[in-house]
Amino acid sequence: MGKLYKVSSNPHIRSRVTTNGIMLAVIVALMPATGFGIYNFGIRALFVVLVTVASTVLTEFLYGLVRRKMTITDLSAVVTGLLLALNLPVTIPLWMAALGGVFAILVVKMLFGGLGQNFMNPALAARCFLLISFPVQMTAFACDAYTGATPLAALKAGESVNVLDMVVGRTAGTIGETSLIALVVGACFLIFLGIIDLRVPGTYLVSFVVFVVLAGGRGLDPAYLSAQLAGGGLMLGAFFMATDYVTRPVTIKGQYVYGIFLGVLTGIFRVFGPSAEGVSYAIILGNLLVPLIEKYTRPVAFGYRKGGKRRGK
Amino acid sequence: MNKAGERLYNGLIKENPTFVLMLGMCPTLAVTTSAVNGLGMGLTTMAVLALSNLFISLLRKVIPNRVRIPAFIVIIASFVTMVELLLEAYLPELNKSLGVYIPLIVVNCIILGRAESYAYSNPPVPSLFDGIGMGLGFSFALTCIGAFRELLGAGSVFGYALPPTFQPIRIFGQAPGAFFVLAALVAFQNYLKKTRQKAGKEFEKIGSGCSEDCMNCDKKGCTKRFYDTDTAEKEQEPEGAVSSGAVALKENSGTRGSRGSRKPDLEIVDLDEEGK
Repeated sequence: MGKLYKVSSNPHIRSRVTTNGIMLAVIVALMPATGFGIYNFGIRALFVVLVTVASTVLTEFLYGLVRRKMTITDLSAVVTGLLLALNLPVTIPLWMAALGGVFAILVVKMLFGGLGQNFMNPALAARCFLLISFPVQMTAFACDAYTGATPLAALKAGESVNVLDMVVGRTAGTIGETSLIALVVGACFLIFLGIIDLRVPGTYLVSFVVFVVLAGGRGLDPAYLSAQLAGGGLMLGAFFMATDYVTRPVTIKGQYVYGIFLGVLTGIFRVFGPSAEGVSYAIILGNLLVPLIEKYTRPVAFGYRKGGKRRGK
Repeated sequence: MNKAGERLYNGLIKENPTFVLMLGMCPTLAVTTSAVNGLGMGLTTMAVLALSNLFISLLRKVIPNRVRIPAFIVIIASFVTMVELLLEAYLPELNKSLGVYIPLIVVNCIILGRAESYAYSNPPVPSLFDGIGMGLGFSFALTCIGAFRELLGAGSVFGYALPPTFQPIRIFGQAPGAFFVLAALVAFQNYLKKTRQKAGKEFEKIGSGCSEDCMNCDKKGCTKRFYDTDTAEKEQEPEGAVSSGAVALKENSGTRGSRGSRKPDLEIVDLDEEGK
């Protein structure tokens, strides 16, 4: 023979899907929302995005240098930075955005073992870190383009909101969350490529709507419901963060459970909580429950009965 | 007094209760919102620890093995009560900011741990210094954590505020921040330890009398065995240094001759054996 073959244990499945490719597709899918955010909020939004992405990539690079294991090329740091930037208000001081990026990569991702080992979505964990640390700056949504509250806050205060503006995205809010159209276009691109499916986002949105109808106190008011759906980070969270491969359950049944859990939790936070928004906390709490969900939804292996016993015994 | 110096070094560096032994995490995480609080908590604990170690060591030959834990708790609680009253009288502000964590020193596992693993089996003077060393280590650790959290979370150093251009990161003043700072300091301590080991300096634990790992301990005839791995060995010991389960067995073997006068609660054991 003279030629050594590489032997590894099963499963021997080959696939053209690479981490690189997936990350690139996610970046492309986020471009409409990013572009609209820059158009909507002005050039400063671009700086926030650039600073955040630079800080995540640089952190990953430096960590790779120290640990002598470079993972910079898988583009996951770019995705994390982009998602984090889309979750920040445009007025945020740039050093805070950079600090959030460092926290996301260093504390949430790399210290737990890097991509695939993080127990929580790094971008969302960093957003919550910033929200707790700098509550004033993180909720300062008044900028040159808009003054006043976000539509969700206005809705909570009992004012009426313009749903059409919310769908298009001409409202105050974080950089990437305002435009429902831009986010859905990106999500459709990912679904078309087969990178995400509708299991988690679908159950998330449906259970959220059901919860709001039942507990929101406004019944089947279409204006209220569509404002709740289009407002805040719900679409961004449902399509781009709840579907994160690392932090969602791997089992199919588990993904439905996870989606329902997120929907109900978001509903509870939005309807009963003091803040108008609740997507970030809902998703990171859901992330923490993923191991438990996976444990109870593990499929039965071929040839085995439920409970781990072999068939025929 | 070489022994005393060794105990101080051991408590402060090698077996630092917070960074190495990971004991007393509850006050460590809860009261370290500022450096002064951390220092106050550490010194209070040190006072209790040194005194309780001294007295437990003095009384170690008097305290029966089987009731040693309640006896320790009584001694520790007495000192905590004294310290609490003193704090209330002379440092009411510190007492207020530490709140319920002062009475909770009674159940601080560092104090009970040192009593159990050192003071109960060593003479008074080294025990006193063990307590002081451990207390200093605890104070040092708490002050460090408190200083970092105060600086980052509130923007002040030992109560002196920094210029307002410094934007504090509020999360460090809250519970998650305590975990971040503790984790970072433990990691730094481990890094120092590793580099020292690489440089060839020994950095192993000094034997503190007991590794507290009874399952893997090969020290036969230890009076403090918690897990009864070998009851036969125990019965040969002069003082009945065994847990209650083993005592029951012993009584059982003693009463086997006179079957008529058996206690009813021993019957179950006996019946089991007859069945074999």
